[in-house]
Amino acid sequence: MKERHGYKMKLKNHRGFILLLLLLIIPLVADSNYLYSTLVIIGLYAIIVQGLGILMGYAGQISFGHAAFFGLGGYTAAILTTRFQWPTLLALLASAILPGIIAGLIGRQTLKLRELYLALATLSFGILVHIIFNEGRELTGGPSGMSGIPNLSIGSFQFDSDQKFYMLVWLILLMLLIGIYNLVHSRTGRALCSIRESEYAAENAGIDCARLKLHAFIFSALLAGLAGGLYAFYVTFISPSPFSFHTSVQFVLMAVIGGLGTFWGPVIGAVVVVALNELLREIVPLLIPGAGGEYQIIIYGVILVGLMIFQPKGLSGIGQYFRIPLKKQLKTDVKIRG
Amino acid sequence: MGEQLLQLLFTGLTLGSIYSIIALTLVTTFNVTGILNLAQGEFVVIGALLAVSLQGTGMPMIAVFIVSVILVAILGGLLERLTIYRARGASNLSMLIITIGLSISLRGLALLIWGTETYSLPAFSEGGSIIVGGAALNPQSIWIFALVAVTLTGLYGFFGHTFWGKAVKASVYNQTGARLQGINLNTISFLAFVAAGGLGAAAGVSIGPITMVTYDMGFMLGVKGFVAAAIGGLSNVGGAVIGGILLGILESFSSGLISSGLKDAISMIILLGVLLFRPEGIIGAIRERKI
Repeated sequence: MKERHGYKMKLKNHRGFILLLLLLIIPLVADSNYLYSTLVIIGLYAIIVQGLGILMGYAGQISFGHAAFFGLGGYTAAILTTRFQWPTLLALLASAILPGIIAGLIGRQTLKLRELYLALATLSFGILVHIIFNEGRELTGGPSGMSGIPNLSIGSFQFDSDQKFYMLVWLILLMLLIGIYNLVHSRTGRALCSIRESEYAAENAGIDCARLKLHAFIFSALLAGLAGGLYAFYVTFISPSPFSFHTSVQFVLMAVIGGLGTFWGPVIGAVVVVALNELLREIVPLLIPGAGGEYQIIIYGVILVGLMIFQPKGLSGIGQYFRIPLKKQLKTDVKIRG
Repeated sequence: MGEQLLQLLFTGLTLGSIYSIIALTLVTTFNVTGILNLAQGEFVVIGALLAVSLQGTGMPMIAVFIVSVILVAILGGLLERLTIYRARGASNLSMLIITIGLSISLRGLALLIWGTETYSLPAFSEGGSIIVGGAALNPQSIWIFALVAVTLTGLYGFFGHTFWGKAVKASVYNQTGARLQGINLNTISFLAFVAAGGLGAAAGVSIGPITMVTYDMGFMLGVKGFVAAAIGGLSNVGGAVIGGILLGILESFSSGLISSGLKDAISMIILLGVLLFRPEGIIGAIRERKI
């Protein structure tokens, strides 16, 4: 317990503090709505990738269906508030819980099996949910979507501006970062790490791998659903197009770019991919006239393959090139003495 | 009514045969290398699109078929050497991410070269439909059935009667054992991807005359291949073939009798259902892959 407490203190002193500082400084220096809305989207993606990062980086599983959980959260919030007049906060809670329950149902069977089954199950689940969003006209509004989602409100306080929403999303992200840091350095976190290293060894050490992986999967779906609910209340409009398979691949890309199983990875990944999206939107039409946004997928594909081969630790792992490896340090020590 | 059902059966068998070939290559690659190749559907599309371009130069259809198969086989081998081989020893998770990356790059490449147009290919042989029991059977379907038959016979001969076939079989049963016998697993993996490319292209060129060809159809074809493979139990070649044909028939009947908008939803429900309730597959022997 003492050790765990120590980590908590360390975190409060360093990393969480930097983020909190950023969180407070940005509203002082910036007053553009474009910046705020970009930051809200980055924050939402980072929340999703946090969960996906636990699933991929620690539990060694992959989901190609997180856009579907994201969308389920969004549609749950939208449908409950516009069609059933639920209070917004309750709807937000439901938008996290429903994807969690569905993840539990999918994961319970597939996670007992070899690692690739969850990938296949989430892949088909993602496609299925996207079809349902498009075809379930009475409930989801079909391809044209649903509008008129109310603002999120707590009591009489309304989150009705980009700035307020930015504060809310990044505060949630900050709490999540601290929570996950503590989780990773707890017994559960070490158990997750041992699963990643060797499932057989973990089983032999008495760790219930299937159960732990299931919890990681449910947790990641909860977070995706929560981000989806927040997204619906932020944009106040929802349609199927942001929740396609392509988005799921983008989430995987963010997790991989940032670095799996690292503290800053999910945030870095979300920032880099959103920035890359904006950059490609500007540059690609200049290089190839008449090109649509689809061209960016080549670049995403090449980045994914290249990273997995040359830099599997993602951008967070690049720091190692700037530090002198321990071996070299020792050698120079010896030389000086000799 | 009877004619309509027969007609749907013919359509289903044709589609199902294509799914079978895709499932067959997926299962073979998975058994040999442990990699679920999410880029398999892309091999099919690139084969078909290459055939469209080659056919535009006035080549006879038989030459188009052969050249396209050879080119995509080379592409498959090249990609294996450039990516899978370099990342050898990485986890299955990394390999899966690499194949999904390959899949979206190849789709983007197809978009860059061929654009968003819809293309069609001429049938392998001229002549109208053959009427069987009141239903029309497209002659191209017969070519597709023949392709499945030739592929299966070829694979049977390869696995049963050639040195490399036996080497592949050995490495499926026990990788370490195969390695100890001097079988180079890297070569086997290379061969698997060459075959996956070639067979994928063959499926693409054959289905081209029946369905239209667009750059983005590969993803769904690949997923359908997975559904077929999962019905068969993911590591069973015979099961994959039967799974593909079953899926084709089921899709054809459901879109003909219920609603065509839900065609893709039905195969996704089948895949989820199989994975959740009978992950060992509906048909065939239960055979776990060796570690």
